[in-house]
Amino acid sequence: MKEVEFAIVGGGPAGLSAAIEAARCGVKVMVFDENERPGGQLFKQIHKFFGSREHGAGIRGIDIGSQLLEDAEKYGVEVYLNAAVWGIFDGPQLGICAEHRVFRVKAKKVLLATGASENALAFSGWTLPGVIGAGAAQTMINIHRVLPGRRVLMVGSGNVGLIISYQLLQAGAQVEAVVEALPHITGYGVHASKLRRCGVPILTSHTVKEATGQERVERAIIVEVDHQFEPRPGTERDLAVDTICLAVGLTPMAELAWLAGCRIAYIPELGGHAPLHDDNMLTTAEDIYVAGDLTGIEEAHTAIEEGRVAGIAVAESLGYIDFTRAFELKQQAKDHLGALRKGPFGEKRAQAKVRMIERREHP
Amino acid sequence: MKRTLKTTGILYGEELLKCPGMPTRKRMEQGPVAIIECTQEIPCDPCVDACRKGAIQIGEDITQPPRLLEEKCNGCGSCIAECPGLAIFVADFNHSPEQALLKIPYEFFPIPKANTKVLALDREGKVIGEVRVLKVSNPKKNDRTPVLSLLVPKERVLEIRHIRLKESI
Repeated sequence: MKEVEFAIVGGGPAGLSAAIEAARCGVKVMVFDENERPGGQLFKQIHKFFGSREHGAGIRGIDIGSQLLEDAEKYGVEVYLNAAVWGIFDGPQLGICAEHRVFRVKAKKVLLATGASENALAFSGWTLPGVIGAGAAQTMINIHRVLPGRRVLMVGSGNVGLIISYQLLQAGAQVEAVVEALPHITGYGVHASKLRRCGVPILTSHTVKEATGQERVERAIIVEVDHQFEPRPGTERDLAVDTICLAVGLTPMAELAWLAGCRIAYIPELGGHAPLHDDNMLTTAEDIYVAGDLTGIEEAHTAIEEGRVAGIAVAESLGYIDFTRAFELKQQAKDHLGALRKGPFGEKRAQAKVRMIERREHP
Repeated sequence: MKRTLKTTGILYGEELLKCPGMPTRKRMEQGPVAIIECTQEIPCDPCVDACRKGAIQIGEDITQPPRLLEEKCNGCGSCIAECPGLAIFVADFNHSPEQALLKIPYEFFPIPKANTKVLALDREGKVIGEVRVLKVSNPKKNDRTPVLSLLVPKERVLEIRHIRLKESI
């Protein structure tokens, strides 16, 4: 059986950052990713990122992805693509399916950085072709350069909904409206302003009621909702659209963490069920670490910093760096995480993360 | 319901004028100056380093909205393309006796050419009228965020925020 020191599941921002930090200290690292290219969702993020100027703010997500790949290569990280990790066993061992065969890899330490999946929303007609995840639309336009449709209704005004609406406009589609069930826009005001000045209405206290069409979506019926999210009768409106994009949140992909026996908690502010971890990103399962959206839905910068903490902690536990150096390096990443989680958009997540660590220690 | 950035996506009246990145009327009348339309506490600060004059301040806590030190700002526009929220504009109220010069970020294809007329849009995307593109600036350091210099009616400096090409619908 193949043996590695540090096996990472997921080659997105969290997994790659952990790989880079650990490999920089001398750890032999292998990253497994089921996709045909690494980088997770970074290579479809064509916009400039927020954050602090010391840590990649103002740089487009695609370029942050390229930098991570370059660093990973520089430090000798092995990235194994088209490799689906389907199981995790005592040892720890990973069950992997790649190149038409199934095999196991034994590791001293494992990091799960599997990311998140998009939530769906059920409404009449939601199974018609043309109802897609907003992330899927973003993959189509920015990776494959194909428009999913010409006239789009976006459901959800979080940053994902707002940013992807704008990118759909940049790709040449029309966004007929963004609907948001809450009475306010949930993403950043600056993203909303960018859309509004292009003439896209953002309808708060509105949701999609129905999609209609023969073979695929031809129309969407939207409706106003009250504070209990109950539709107000008589407020229905009909929009001629061929695509309905759902940007209604993400859920951590915790399957492997469940399989590994990690204790999981339901934390709504972080997107649902997520594995509990300590401040080294270590779960309750021996030698299993986690980082990124799997530990709670945030964004690429927080995933990068969490990955760094995990990578440094792994290098420390394997004896590659002493605890004083590890403490210093982890503290830098943690300070940055603290800064990213400040303010009204981040404080709920910051508090939820503190609770998460407390619950791991005192169940 | 009260119209605010949070409910509409648009900065209206007082919310805009109270914004710490907003120059005073007096400063605007003195010549080119940045207008930083960033009011929410979000973790972001690249504008601070973009300014060589030290005219943009955020402080230790990067979620604080940027403050414009209007007496230090010379309206050079280096900050425009650095803002990930595309929320910085530069206005030169005294460009000519009749017209102001307004610089806006524009991340759409096709990029308009200098000396062409385009449709000016307000904060809601409504067409205000035709304006002329005086210059298109897209150096490497803008990282693919072209900045358009538009000749606009003086009274429209706080209204025009986007453009559309005339041939596109």
